[in-house]
Amino acid sequence: MLNRPVFRITLGIAALVLAAVLVNACRTTGSAGLADGDAAQRVYVPPGQHDEFYAFMSGGFSGNLTVHGLPSGRLLKTVPVFSQFPENGWGYSEETKNMLMTSHGFVPWDDAHHPELSMTDGVPDGRWIFINGNNTPRVARIDLTTFETDEILEIPNSAGNHGSPFITPNSEYLVASTRFSVPVPQQDVSIDSYKQNFKGTLSFIRADRPGEMDVAFQILVPGYNYDLAHAGKGPSDGWMFFTSYNSEEANTLLEINASQNDKDFIAAVNWRRAEECVAGGAARTMPARYAHNHFDEAHIARHELKTEVTVLEPSDCPNLVYFLPTPKSPHGVDVDPTGEYIVAGGKLATVIPVHSFRKMIDAIENERFETVVDGIPVLQYEAIIAGEVENPGLGPLHTEFDGNGYAYTTAFISSEIVKWSLETFEVVDRIPVYYSVGHLMIPGGDSRRPWGKYLVALNKITKDRYLPTGPELAHAAQLIDISGDKMRLLLDFPTMGEPHYAQAIAADVIKDRQVKMYQLSENKNPYAVKGEGETRVERNGNEVHVYMSTIRSHFAPDNIEGIKVGDTVYFHVTNLEQDWDVPHGFAVLGANNAELLIMPGQTRTLVWKPERVGVFPFYCTDFCSALHQEMQGYVRVSPAGSDVPLAYGTGGTLTTASR
Amino acid sequence: MTEVAIMPTRALLLALLLIASAGLAACGGAEPEAAAPAAATSPDNPGGLTDAQLEHGIGPVSAMTLEAEIDAALAAQGEAVFNMKCAACHKMDQRYVGPPLGDVLTRRSPAYVMNMMLNPEEMLQKHPAARELLAQYMTPMPNQTLTHDEARAILEFLRTQQPAATPAP
Repeated sequence: MLNRPVFRITLGIAALVLAAVLVNACRTTGSAGLADGDAAQRVYVPPGQHDEFYAFMSGGFSGNLTVHGLPSGRLLKTVPVFSQFPENGWGYSEETKNMLMTSHGFVPWDDAHHPELSMTDGVPDGRWIFINGNNTPRVARIDLTTFETDEILEIPNSAGNHGSPFITPNSEYLVASTRFSVPVPQQDVSIDSYKQNFKGTLSFIRADRPGEMDVAFQILVPGYNYDLAHAGKGPSDGWMFFTSYNSEEANTLLEINASQNDKDFIAAVNWRRAEECVAGGAARTMPARYAHNHFDEAHIARHELKTEVTVLEPSDCPNLVYFLPTPKSPHGVDVDPTGEYIVAGGKLATVIPVHSFRKMIDAIENERFETVVDGIPVLQYEAIIAGEVENPGLGPLHTEFDGNGYAYTTAFISSEIVKWSLETFEVVDRIPVYYSVGHLMIPGGDSRRPWGKYLVALNKITKDRYLPTGPELAHAAQLIDISGDKMRLLLDFPTMGEPHYAQAIAADVIKDRQVKMYQLSENKNPYAVKGEGETRVERNGNEVHVYMSTIRSHFAPDNIEGIKVGDTVYFHVTNLEQDWDVPHGFAVLGANNAELLIMPGQTRTLVWKPERVGVFPFYCTDFCSALHQEMQGYVRVSPAGSDVPLAYGTGGTLTTASR
Repeated sequence: MTEVAIMPTRALLLALLLIASAGLAACGGAEPEAAAPAAATSPDNPGGLTDAQLEHGIGPVSAMTLEAEIDAALAAQGEAVFNMKCAACHKMDQRYVGPPLGDVLTRRSPAYVMNMMLNPEEMLQKHPAARELLAQYMTPMPNQTLTHDEARAILEFLRTQQPAATPAP
């Protein structure tokens, strides 16, 4: 099966590409894709009213996560995850810098792809949303009471953390599979020894204990490219399905060399079986270096390097992994709400293959194996297939579900979404999208209980959809009404970075759980001040610590003298406000980092290294009151060796620092 | 000449900002009081507040009677909360960001002080005495989200600061 003649397939790809060129050429002409009828009314959220859904869009190569309202498409917030974010000091402030530490040091950027909501009983529960960093393999947890990243775990023995962070129905594990196979453990070998030395890993990460994310175990698999994943649910709960391509194990010109085989594989992993094998001692411990960063109780990011990881070989744990042959270089793998159908997006295939979980179990029990690869049985395609959706568009990638018996699949090359029946496997409707759709998202559309109603097409190419903005354009999302028999285009809206995937949840699930401020009395930051009476300045050699407070509308202290060139000044700023939506900002002239944005009751720290003599202002950056423009102060910087005493104050004579 | 020209502009700007911030405070979410029997509006009472509201303020606390004896333990709790959440703006004996509080209970009823702490947005919007102070001090008193018990403790602390207060034994 792995070595069939390739001529026919190459011709097939050529035909697909040609078709794509033609389709795209037709579609870039002006008025195509107009919304009709009452579309404006359907997406209009009157001033002061709230959207029905929160949508979480990956920020792609911005490393962020953006939050939009649906159906309006309004941008509500940008949550920095794997990126420094000067808007609020994320990754710049002393309390948050450690969140971006890795085994490679400080890595203030990543390529974020797939947001994934935590689940209870297969339904998004609104506790957390996770997202993967593709480039320096990481996964992050964002707390949905604060909309802030509170934990990041690096993945060892991985490269290109693309197939991540898909979660099990009760958030026991999220997974991380390697898009790029690499030598495991890393070593200095020639690249063309790929087939001998390169391996993939499928990591299972404990996800349901905040602050304790960890790699529970990694499964070592053949050196393919592992692309995407989804957990089983209902009857298939306990299984995780991973797509792979490059079963050719090519290490150069994959565009051609990884498109040779008629079929690649979906790896079906019985993760409960893996738990048994690990508990039974079948796994081994391997040295590794990877970072785990999380907020402690003082809301300060702690960084630790872990030194070993648990690795499981399929040959040491029978019945752990099975390969489901799947045409052709499959990309997405999506499990329908009942948990019975496993739908593959064979991006170079002419049909959408739908595997049956029940048939898969039968095939395993009856050992209907085609062959065995590296100890992993390959099941017979005919034994497991439930049906093939014919005429699904060119380049099918991803599928989500509406909970009413229909599946929706994106076709990248023909730039459309096709709706098909899970009963008949026949296409019942199709709608063009603008242009070149990758993922799609239905609120709850990968869960056991989709909310349905809307579909968002996450398009890769924008071209003429908005007013042009030079060579770089925002990406284009399109909102489609799926409440009726026919899909209807409602709205285009721009998104940040490249929002590969997105998830949405009914607003009611999380909007009443929001943290509005932090209790000042519970602030455990060691540099916090609990009231203006505790503000002070202290020197310790060349380090100066300013214990500062903010309240509308002044800083204490707001006059500081006795700083010297060569000092490192730590501004520890505590916001004494105890009301919602009253952050204060802090910025000081010449700081080589960013501002701080300090939430009510919180303490954040900015480092400043003055290099010139003079008097430098600092001020509040976030408009806070009628007297916001008065919220300012001065720091006097004297030459190194000067005898100007360290002194500080607000509104009166300066107090000389006690030390 | 330039100085003279700037001053009125700045004053006007401040006034505009104050109006804007009062507008913002209105979004703050305090539930409006149940409609009280409307007293006749007058220049001193443009909002038509009831006599009880004029005396005791607008908010969750109605007229209250205090024990004759100051509760020293409660006052100590109140002092701690005051230092954390209030002292950045209020001194006892001098005008600061907000008015001095060393004699506030000679000017206001205990319930008024409680309501000013617990419901500052509405007080600043509707109560003539609070509005007058806002015009003088320019900085609206923030809502520090005190609990009723915290506000009560602060009130007890303030009692120890008043001119007539007998120091606790």
